[in-house]
Amino acid sequence: MILGRFLAGGLKSPVILISMLVILGIGVLVPVLNLAVPPSSPFHVADHLVPLYGKYLCYGMAALALDLVWGYCGILSLGHGAFFALGGYAMGMHLMREIGTRGVYGDPILPDFMVFLNWKELPWFWYGFDSFLFACLMVMLVPGLLAFIFGWFAFRSRVTGVYLSIITQAMTYALLLAFFRNDMGFGGNNGLTDFKDVLGYDLQSGQVRSALFFLTAFFLALNLLIAAAITGSKYGKILRAVRDAEARTRFLGYRPENIKLFAWVVSAVMAGIAGALYVPQVGIINPGEFAPANSIEMVVWTAVGGRGTLVGPIGGAVLVNAAKSWFTGVLPEYWLFALGGLFILTTLFLPEGVAGLIRKAFGRRAKAPKGKDEETDQPVADATAGE
Amino acid sequence: MTEIPVKIPAEPKSAPKAPPKHAPVPSARKDTLLYLDGVSRSFDGFKAINELSFVLMKGEMRAIIGPNGAGKTTMMDIITGKTRPDKGDVFFMGDVDLTKHDEPTIAQMGIGRKFQKPTVFETQTVADNLLLSLKGERRGIPALFYRSNKPDRQRIDEILEVIRLERRRNELAAFLSHGQKQWLEIGMLLAQDPKLLLVDEPVAGMTDAETEETARLLRDIAVDHSVVVVEHDMGFVRDLGVKVTCLHEGHVLSEGSLDHVSADPQVIEVYLGR
Ligand SMILES: Nc1ncnc2c1ncn2[C@@H]1O[C@H](COP(=O)(O)OP(=O)(O)O)[C@@H](O)[C@H]1O
Ligand SMILES: [Mg+2]
Repeated sequence: MILGRFLAGGLKSPVILISMLVILGIGVLVPVLNLAVPPSSPFHVADHLVPLYGKYLCYGMAALALDLVWGYCGILSLGHGAFFALGGYAMGMHLMREIGTRGVYGDPILPDFMVFLNWKELPWFWYGFDSFLFACLMVMLVPGLLAFIFGWFAFRSRVTGVYLSIITQAMTYALLLAFFRNDMGFGGNNGLTDFKDVLGYDLQSGQVRSALFFLTAFFLALNLLIAAAITGSKYGKILRAVRDAEARTRFLGYRPENIKLFAWVVSAVMAGIAGALYVPQVGIINPGEFAPANSIEMVVWTAVGGRGTLVGPIGGAVLVNAAKSWFTGVLPEYWLFALGGLFILTTLFLPEGVAGLIRKAFGRRAKAPKGKDEETDQPVADATAGE
Repeated sequence: MTEIPVKIPAEPKSAPKAPPKHAPVPSARKDTLLYLDGVSRSFDGFKAINELSFVLMKGEMRAIIGPNGAGKTTMMDIITGKTRPDKGDVFFMGDVDLTKHDEPTIAQMGIGRKFQKPTVFETQTVADNLLLSLKGERRGIPALFYRSNKPDRQRIDEILEVIRLERRRNELAAFLSHGQKQWLEIGMLLAQDPKLLLVDEPVAGMTDAETEETARLLRDIAVDHSVVVVEHDMGFVRDLGVKVTCLHEGHVLSEGSLDHVSADPQVIEVYLGR
């Protein structure tokens, strides 16, 4: 009830409501165009495109998560890929255990890579992952807990700005190295793959593909609503106050470390959910997902879409990744240059991203703070009388 | 909650009785609001605060003057928990040892501070700046479920009236003039309803008209708050009409009425020697 009221707060902005409807609409439309429209029709969506679009939506969710901390709290995380990957691994572990005796070695308990390594027993941290619900819990809990511990220490020691960005990057890099090791028990270099089904349904079937796509759209819309409710509440105002003048908020009696910690953990959980939906659609999770470059790409999506707008970064992720798919088809060697160029151009000419551009086009330009030199420096009396 | 009187009081409050000038005895701490004794703090060997003793009684308003670098801001940093003293006692309300608490705790105990450089939340509206400052809940999660309510709105309206920013309530704070930002920050102090207000150079960069208005505003506030104002502007200090403490090299040089302090040969030397 109180939660319902809280979520309703997210709908105050019509932009959020419309965006949610669009996302849910896409969530229904793509499966329909794939399953119900005959392949001969020009409107048919080919089978291989459904998981590709699903992947874009997962990236959109990761960008939304990043925007919550970067746009509203000023934490430029260069390690959000870690939360995404951890959520992915948690889901991957469940899918591995669902393979059962259908693996190459036919072991009912141990995944193939463990048999290959001559392991006799399942490591303790793989317990419970045979349960889908347990795995879903871990999808949120593991990234959330890592974020909590990381944020607890980092924010308490008042690490901010570039230094904070660097340690987030170090965090994902450390995890990359750890997950590469075979004896970590996560499949090493190859990661987790060869998934067969989820909840007993074949992952290769058209219906499951469509269901996963719809679920991704659904969770994206839900997370957008949650993020909008958070940023639209009084807490969101405190969050922005901390972003703009952290020291000042302390003298008002706020504890910025705790304020930031909440948004940081929520953001990590969202990124984890995105990763968990990503894995069954792409069919693999490996340590490459922890690569620093992945986290940096998330920053580019967010910047291109429009930092601090929630909806913008989702669009940014979809746009940039669609461009990436196209580019890697025609000019694969140049993609990284294009990405870097895009980031520079956005930073220089579109500080508010595509969302800012659209806002301007619709004439609803938000009153952004002007430069100091433009301020009217009139006496109080004159300034108020003149209105 | 205390009301803010909009009327100008006939006479500004004077200190109940003169506190001992240097090294006050602990028994004298009982009725004090703020009690600093033998406080020192150095930065890289430079003594910014040097054996400073300073007492403020409940309900008192005090002006602190002193040349640049005298340690006025550092003294406020020590009181608000931003800087820890190397040695000395800092007590609030007689028995709360401020050296043992951090900034948010001290703020919640009732010490509000206005910074030398106005710091308001520029990307938020004037009204929201006040909302964020309103006394009360300071944890994040309850703020998720906060609902705008009548008492809060009324309080914000009252403060907007006092700081003369009613018409700009829904504008972003970034659009205010320098003087208006200073006023908004004073309003934020009022919203906190603190027991003690520390106001650092409130009229720096203000026009004469604004300076006069600010003196009026602070006198109003002093009717039911204890206030420490740091200021260079002698005309402004005269307008306040309160007891003055002159700081120099981290130490109290002279204390008393403005006439007394400005006649003090040591003070004259410091100001003319600059
Ligand atoms: N955090 C700090 N680190 C180093 N020096 C400081 C610090 N804070 C204050 N000081 C020094 O202490 C002296 C007193 O400064 P301050 O209290 O700001 O003076 P005032 O406010 O009276 O002009 C100055 O010389 C200043 O450089
Ligand atoms: Mg100063």
